[in-house]
Parts: sequence; structure tokens; C-alpha cells
Amino acid sequence: MIVGDSKPLEEILEMIEGKDRVLVLGCRGCVTVCNVGGEKEVGILATALRIARKMRGLPGHIEERTLERQCDPEYIEELADAAEGYDAIVSIACGVGPQFVAERFPAARVYPGINTTFIGGALEHGVWSERCQSCGNCLVHHFGGLCPIARCSKSLMNGPCGGSANKKCEISPEVDCVWHLIVEKMEAMGRLEELERVWPVKNWITSRDGGPRRRVREDLKQ
Amino acid sequence: MRLQYPSNIKVIQLPCSGRVDILHLLKAFEDGADGVYVAGCKEGDCHFLTGNFKARRKVNYVKQVLTALGIEPERIEMFNMSSAEGPRFAQVAREFTQKIQELGPSPVKTAKAA
Ligand code: SF4
Ligand code: SF4
Ligand code: FES
Repeated sequence: MIVGDSKPLEEILEMIEGKDRVLVLGCRGCVTVCNVGGEKEVGILATALRIARKMRGLPGHIEERTLERQCDPEYIEELADAAEGYDAIVSIACGVGPQFVAERFPAARVYPGINTTFIGGALEHGVWSERCQSCGNCLVHHFGGLCPIARCSKSLMNGPCGGSANKKCEISPEVDCVWHLIVEKMEAMGRLEELERVWPVKNWITSRDGGPRRRVREDLKQ
Repeated sequence: MRLQYPSNIKVIQLPCSGRVDILHLLKAFEDGADGVYVAGCKEGDCHFLTGNFKARRKVNYVKQVLTALGIEPERIEMFNMSSAEGPRFAQVAREFTQKIQELGPSPVKTAKAA
């Protein structure tokens, strides 16, 4: 899933300063699963914003809504009758959400209420970890199912750097050295010699370096 | 045993303190509560094992939200007590009420219409 973090309340208050009618807009997709932008978080953020308004004696026209997804035009369309009536729409979907809303409703003032951080998974309730950098050419099967692109701080493809110590990456004792994990895993699987393969410089064209990406499925297009 | 606790406290009963919700705690402030506290079982005594630890973390979250809003974080607290300790319940109620009285009415209530 796409993982994100709430923006500081102070930053959101600044965004909506002087805006009378505000919509807090959630998404039932990834951000619901990572507890940052679903219906529940919409309620919490909207309530906090209403409290802030009340404290300053301002009217609290803070409305709440949560769409099935904000990365699909068909759900964005549900806002058609209302979107341009707001002075601010705070989307707490991933970065796709505010862009899709702004694109569909050109007159609307749309603000991102979260910081989209990474593609990852939950390690336990309340803890998420980055697992994929969407490089566009997946190779994890060569590394025991561990991604050296997303999980090595330097995205090294041919073994650890000199900073690997006690299973940890030199950037922080909190970060596992994925190359330590790869070697351990491949050894346990009896596949160590596969790591002798030398990987040439990765072609990053399939990643962001090739510019914004687009995917077309002719068979699905209308 | 009948014990006196301040009459301006509104008690909301839950099956376990772990059931409190961040949203409900915030709603109390939105609706003008001067202070809110969660009374849970003693640490280690929760019938659902960790409800009171979760409640404390939610209270801490709300403290952060209040701080960001410019409201004294002391207006929300978590207290642990045993359900067999009536006098302690009454004492916590009195002490918390007194602390809130010292802080004065909630800034949410005292705001003047702009
Ligand atoms: S808008 Fe973003 S968060 Fe919501 S479902 Fe789509 S990708 Fe996931
Ligand atoms: S190799 Fe590329 S696509 Fe596969 S997990 Fe790593 S970053 Fe993602
Ligand atoms: S039963 Fe969980 S806090 Fe009392």
C-alpha cells in the first residue's frame, strides 16, 4: 500500500486560514489501511479544525466526506455537485488525491492534508516499512525476496558497502542492512553462489528517471 | 458505600478504558468540556489485558492535538485505579476537578464571536 503521515495540524490550519467552508476529504483505499486518511481520520482532523475555529469565535463550516478512492475519476465525480462550493478541500488521500480533485474541479482550492511517504507494508499494528521503490523492473527473486533497491540505503545491487556492521546499515542502528539479510537468506536457501552474478548498472529508465510514467492497456481502454 | 465526587463531572461508562476513541475525546472538547480524564484499571489489571495501555496512548495523542491547537494538554489525563477503590475514584475526581478549575474554562468556550 501507499503509506503516509499526517501533516502537522499547524500546517493545515495555515492552509485553511481565512477559508470559510472547508471539506476534509478521505479515501477508503491505502490511506484507510495505514490509518492516516480514512473516515476515522477525517473525523479526527475535522473535529480538531472545528475546535480551532471555535476557539477563535469563527463559524465552523468544516464538512467531512470519504470517497471509495481518490485515484479513480468515477469516485471523484461524486463531488460534482459540491466541490466548487467549498473555499478549501483538504484531501487526506495520497498525493494522487489532491491532484485528481484539482484536475476535475479547476476552480476548487485543494490542499494535501498528509505527506505521502512510501510504498510499504505493515510490520505490526502501527508500524510500517518501505518495501518497494516502483523501479519498474522487479528483481527481488534474485535476492531471496528482498529488495536491494528500496531497502538498501544506497540501492546497491552487488553486495553490501563497507558500512554494514552488526546486521545494521551505517545510516542508523534502526535500519537493517538489507544486504546482510540477503546473504543470510540466500545462504539458508543454499543459493549463495547465485549472488556471484555481477549486475551491470541498472537501467533506471523504467523508474522515475525515465520521466513520469503512464500505463496503457489497450484491451481495457474504452 | 456512597462517596461524594464533584457533581460537575459527567461519567461515561465503558466496558474497558481501551474502548475510548480519540474522536470521542476530541468531541468532548469540541462540545465545550473544560477537561476530560479516562479512568482505567491498574496497569496489569485490565480484563482485556492491554486496554488501559492503549487508552493512555490515545490520551497522549489527544494531548498532542490539544497542544497544536493551543489548548493546555493538562486538560486531558489518564488515571489508573482498581474498581474496588471507591475512595480513590472520588479523590481523583476531586483533584482533577480542582486542577481544571485552576486552569479556568476551556478556551473553546470562552472565545468571542468574531
Ligand atoms: S487515492 Fe491514493 S490512497 Fe486512495 S486508494 Fe488511491 S492510491 Fe490509495
Ligand atoms: S526491485 Fe523494483 S519493483 Fe521490485 S520491489 Fe524493488 S523497487 Fe520495487
Ligand atoms: S478492563 Fe481494560 S482498563 Fe479496565
